[in-house]
Amino acid sequence: MAQDLAHDSAHDHDDHDHAPTGIKRWLFSTNHKDIGTMYLVFSLIMFFIGGAMAMVIRAELFKPGLQIVDPERFNQMTTMHALVMIFGAVMPSFVGLANWMVPLQIGAPDMALPRMNNLSFWILPFAFTLLLSTLFMPGGAPAAGWTMYPPLVLQSGDSMPMLIFAVHLMGASSIMGAINIVVTIMNMRAPGMNLLKMPLFCWSWLITAYLLIAVMPVLAGAVTMLLTDHFFGTSFFNPAGGGDPLMFEHVFWFFGHPEVYIMILPAFGIISEILPTFSRKPLFGATSMIYAIASIAFLSFIVWGHHMFVDGMPMAAQLFFMMSTMLIAVPTGVKVFNWTATMWRGSLSFEPPMLFAIAFLFLFSIGGFSGLMLALTPVDFQYNNTYFVVAHFHYVLVPGAIFAVMAAVYYWLPKWTGHMYNMTLAKTHFWLSAIFVNVLFFPQHFLGLAGMPRRIPDYAVQFTDWNMVSSIGGFAFGASQILFVILIVQCVRGGQKATAAVWDGALPTGLEWTLPSPPPFHSFTVAPEIK
Amino acid sequence: MTASASDNRAHRPRGLFPDRMLKAAAALAACAASATAAANTSNGYNLPIGVTQISRDIYGLHMEAFWICVGIAVVVFGAMIYSLVKFRASQGAVADTTMLHSTKVEIAWTIVPVVILVVMAIPAAELILKMEDMRNSDLSIRVTGYQWKWEYQYMDAGAGIDFFSTLKQDSNYARELHSGVDPNTVPNYLLDVDHPLVVPSGTKVRIILTSGDVIHAWYVPDFALKRSAVPGFINELWFKVDPGKEGIYRGQCAALCGRDHGFMPVVVDVRTPDDFKKWVDEQKAQLKQAAAATPEAPGAEAPRSAQALN
Repeated sequence: MAQDLAHDSAHDHDDHDHAPTGIKRWLFSTNHKDIGTMYLVFSLIMFFIGGAMAMVIRAELFKPGLQIVDPERFNQMTTMHALVMIFGAVMPSFVGLANWMVPLQIGAPDMALPRMNNLSFWILPFAFTLLLSTLFMPGGAPAAGWTMYPPLVLQSGDSMPMLIFAVHLMGASSIMGAINIVVTIMNMRAPGMNLLKMPLFCWSWLITAYLLIAVMPVLAGAVTMLLTDHFFGTSFFNPAGGGDPLMFEHVFWFFGHPEVYIMILPAFGIISEILPTFSRKPLFGATSMIYAIASIAFLSFIVWGHHMFVDGMPMAAQLFFMMSTMLIAVPTGVKVFNWTATMWRGSLSFEPPMLFAIAFLFLFSIGGFSGLMLALTPVDFQYNNTYFVVAHFHYVLVPGAIFAVMAAVYYWLPKWTGHMYNMTLAKTHFWLSAIFVNVLFFPQHFLGLAGMPRRIPDYAVQFTDWNMVSSIGGFAFGASQILFVILIVQCVRGGQKATAAVWDGALPTGLEWTLPSPPPFHSFTVAPEIK
Repeated sequence: MTASASDNRAHRPRGLFPDRMLKAAAALAACAASATAAANTSNGYNLPIGVTQISRDIYGLHMEAFWICVGIAVVVFGAMIYSLVKFRASQGAVADTTMLHSTKVEIAWTIVPVVILVVMAIPAAELILKMEDMRNSDLSIRVTGYQWKWEYQYMDAGAGIDFFSTLKQDSNYARELHSGVDPNTVPNYLLDVDHPLVVPSGTKVRIILTSGDVIHAWYVPDFALKRSAVPGFINELWFKVDPGKEGIYRGQCAALCGRDHGFMPVVVDVRTPDDFKKWVDEQKAQLKQAAAATPEAPGAEAPRSAQALN
């Protein structure tokens, strides 16, 4: 890939750059495209590592009894699967997309803080080396869940300081990435592009970046307190010393709920870019879409208690968190209605990005419905910590966030590489993913309602059937993702030349389509004028 | 004894595949009275209706929320599917590019969801008030979670009764990695304990929940009860099983609590108040014997009148 991009850009007239070549090009890169590519490749690798752990989980749960891993290893798998997927796959993939697309969409030559950009990426491989190395240590990887609740997490062995240091590094990386995006958007927009004219993807990322800056330090604080509790004799969360284990949950979910939206708001932005293009019709209610994202971001700070209904909470708090959580359905509903209205009386075609975007609409909505049900405190006493919750958040994260990332890759990959990809392979990948993601996660609703708790390595025999179905879906979904890698590799290596607008028959709007495919090494050396 | 019927009812194996159905039929044949009782607990893909007023209310709220979601889905997905079918470029559809926004429509689809949410929130709020009403309980039991077992300490009429409840030996053996035992041959695999919690039906039982080490959660689906056991904290909850619904009800720990989190079931044996009184008397007689055998042990707390139960 390196040679290819370098080769293409070397021929470009606009390019007067003296970029280093070989490994130095990547290690010392200050270029938003190269760093974006590294983020995306990194997140793809993490998607497969986290996915491999999911395969272990699904294989163990294929039938009752323990066949593959002991319970401790199983807990390590669930914990690491979550950490790798959240911090390694979903978040870096969105940062990678922002790196690639924000300068292109606002008409800037590069990100505002290119050296910090390099640092924020290169922290990640070290963070994940630390985290993944715990798998091979005596005592194994962290096994107390990605939520790291004390006192359980304080029972961890050597993996705990590694986990905490890795989380600190990931947090630092995210904060730097977020600051970079805010500064770029605030200062480097092309003349005439006021905020309300800015593309929705940039808007969603601007708001996400503020969320990141607000909550990542909270997580850092929480895990630092865990560290001092474990090693320096403090008792923040240790009841034996007068500490409060529930305080950790409050602090964690004050981070954790905005974190959920950090993983979905950029997806909203992506869908808002793709649907208008292939409906050949501008986004319906663009301004209300922006207000909806902002409202969701604001509400995300006042709903954290809904993760803790079963932990014991005053009645007033139960009522407050229930109602604030239900309120989120309103702006989220506005978004879904606007997307539907965008397709209404459009002229639709079904290229791979559009297929993923449509699947997102349906399947994310299903995750939204189960979210609404979970918000109802009394019923949450039944749902909480069962597979119903697992089904809910996987519906919003897999056919939600991850389908959006795939839609984005299928949308912009020809722009990035200069080549069209294999449409048949892409559509095969889509149909296999869309079918098996439902075979994988839909039965988990049934398991949860029937009373199967989450995070258990073995289960009572009445849960066997749906677990088998879910596992089969899981293996098939996992295997289908190999097509995605094959497709990307093929597309990077060659293919039919892409035009500047790529989707000529459709209605791609935005500055990124005014540049050639692939764009020059420095995106806009002369700022375009926006009328 | 109704226990065996309910026992089976709570664990009615359910078949998707023919061979599983056969196994299920074989299991059912073992307990004759099961078929009539099957309606009350989970059918394998939905919440159990349960055996308390609260659990029925929760089931009702769950179904209400579910049908509201289905209704919204029909409208929204219907509009999406209509667009996908009707407005295809390949069918010559021409986009209406003037359709940018509509204040009227946008206000409508903000207000309507708010109204629907209020409709859902009112019964939910009422139910929260009901669930939080801990007054006038007839029997209190202190439940303490440990890695990986539960301790049940009775107060009121059962004062002095105190025991641990751990996974039954046959499950505990079968669940080992490469045990070679087929879990389908173990009765109530992973959901059976050596000493279940015994409670009377028709009685408001208050659970005082805490933990001795890490966070656990006490979960009985048929009572719609789940609450965390947090060290250093006390959580209160209550349930009142309908008279006539005596039997054995099973649940599990529902908060990740370490290696054997999946292996600390909650089993509640609900008996009639008379049978419960008999059980309490037996337990107390045993306690007395034990106290007499070891004179230096502190005497059991003076038993209060069991009349309180009625």
